[in-house]
Amino acid sequence: MSANTVIDVQDLRVRVGAARIVNDVSFKVERGQTLGIVGESGSGKSMTVLAATGLIDAPSAKVSGTSMLDGQNLIGLRRSKLEKIYGERIGFIFQDPATSLNPVLTLERQLTEGPEAHLGITRRAARRRALDLLEAVGIPDPEPRLAAYPHQLSGGMKQRVMIAVALACDPALLIADEPTTALDVTTQAQIISLVRSLQERLGMGVVWISHDLGVISGVAEEVSVLYGGQVVEHTAITDIFNNPLHPYTQGLLRARPYLGGAQEELVTIPGSPPDPKNLPKGCVFYDRCPVRLDSRCETELPPLTDVGDGHLVRSFCATSGGENVRNAWEGTRV
Amino acid sequence: MTQPPVAEKPDRPPSSEEAPVASERTSAWRLVLANKVTLGGLVVLVVVVLAAIFGRWLAPYGINDVDVTNALAPPSAAHWFGTDELGRDVFSRVLVSARVSILVGLVSVSFALVAGVVVGLLAGFFGGKLDAIVMRCADVLFAFPVLLLALAIVAVLGPGLPTAMLAIGIVYTPIFARVVRASTLGVREEPFVKASVSIGASSGLILRRHILPNITGPIIVQTSLSLAFAILSEAALSFLGLGVQPPDPSWGRMLFDARGFLGTAWWMSVFPGLAIFLTVLAFNLVGDGLRDVLDPRHRTAIEARRVK
Repeated sequence: MSANTVIDVQDLRVRVGAARIVNDVSFKVERGQTLGIVGESGSGKSMTVLAATGLIDAPSAKVSGTSMLDGQNLIGLRRSKLEKIYGERIGFIFQDPATSLNPVLTLERQLTEGPEAHLGITRRAARRRALDLLEAVGIPDPEPRLAAYPHQLSGGMKQRVMIAVALACDPALLIADEPTTALDVTTQAQIISLVRSLQERLGMGVVWISHDLGVISGVAEEVSVLYGGQVVEHTAITDIFNNPLHPYTQGLLRARPYLGGAQEELVTIPGSPPDPKNLPKGCVFYDRCPVRLDSRCETELPPLTDVGDGHLVRSFCATSGGENVRNAWEGTRV
Repeated sequence: MTQPPVAEKPDRPPSSEEAPVASERTSAWRLVLANKVTLGGLVVLVVVVLAAIFGRWLAPYGINDVDVTNALAPPSAAHWFGTDELGRDVFSRVLVSARVSILVGLVSVSFALVAGVVVGLLAGFFGGKLDAIVMRCADVLFAFPVLLLALAIVAVLGPGLPTAMLAIGIVYTPIFARVVRASTLGVREEPFVKASVSIGASSGLILRRHILPNITGPIIVQTSLSLAFAILSEAALSFLGLGVQPPDPSWGRMLFDARGFLGTAWWMSVFPGLAIFLTVLAFNLVGDGLRDVLDPRHRTAIEARRVK
């Protein structure tokens, strides 16, 4: 673990009853780096980061593995210790800004909560800080806004405030759980560039979860593709678009609608994601895979293999530079 | 109730932007007063409270001035609300009784409010064993009819006004606990609670700052309803001789004393009944008005309507 590593997650597993939600996920985030985590709904994206930060509140969820931050394993850490880490070392932005702010408190109360708890500063200093924060996240004329309530702001403004709350104590790690999903495209772009510029200034590591490859391409340097609670492909962001190897990643990229082009119909990946209570014995993508190169695909879980330059793929089919997979996908077009 | 009233700030000419400037917000009190219905309720409450405080000196007759020759006289210039079967002035008795009714209402409901809110918040927020134990105890209390339970408590502690208040308070505690627990369960799952956890807020802070302010609506409604019922419960207990001890009057006592004269002396029951009715109504109206103003979302809507 290098000195620049902000969080190092190894072999993370989450079980809820018989459901295997997250299966041996590992990732690492360096200072100033952004890791994108993409996947469909139900692929275990949110559960992965919630479990990695100890924020899972379901008592029935069993989490194992390690998640090292500042030399402490967050998994199984006592709540009182986690409280010191949240806000101060890790900041979170959630999906829905409309409900992530307390509707009956003014912005000032919500912005000063973290600093007052962690930095032990006075109300007055916290207020000054809140003003600076609002300015930093691009809210014009912040002074009167401090007295405003969340319902008086637009969705994009609320998400800016959420970011300000998350960054109030200069965390080393920012977890962004689909922060732009509830926003329109232009606001999305503003939020992305805001987080990027703040990241450059503050040098924090960011884990950005999204189901939108377009968003991920705008924020991340590296990306992990999650399917069935497993990392099926992990590589640099450019590689994902130029050289996707896993059949699922390729299927995802094919399924992106393009603006302007005369498309007869939207491309989908036939079938549905696997049931976490009943994951396939072999490759998790087996049921929907157009390739199925090998008999091992059905019976044996493919290992996450490095095919060069840190490009990791969990598939037996990812041979010959992914060409065979591309052809197989083309063959599925009717 | 749980939120301090917003401080008054000097009026400034409204800026052109939609930006919600603090000084542009109307003060909470002014909004409460702007609602005519709430204002009406408030006026009644003020009158009742004044009667409760100064009734003893304002009453034209002593509450126990017996004048048998003038018994059961209908309302007249000398006796505005008539006289009862012993010739006592009903108006004076209604006036003086306000003290007992208000006292019982406020003390017993405050007790139930504090105990019920604390229990309900903790049970709803932490759940698990604590929740199971506490709420089963509440269920046991619920299983008894309200009056029977109050009777049992008074029987153990001995009759009198203080024990009556305590008994009514205990009886209403589980009602508050339930309402608060149910609301807490709802708010606990709101994303902003998780968001607050994610910036490192402790459970105590989350309860105080995030959950309690979000459940004031149901609490206020329950409080105003309970004030009403507490006054009625006191009436019932007094009737059974377990509340206010004769010859001290209370509205409930007077009402029950009047039951034998419903056909012959309507004023004996109508005026104490009217006093209970108006007080209870006023509590409810003021409660409604407060609830609307204390919720920032409602409040913005009210302010917007005012501007129109």
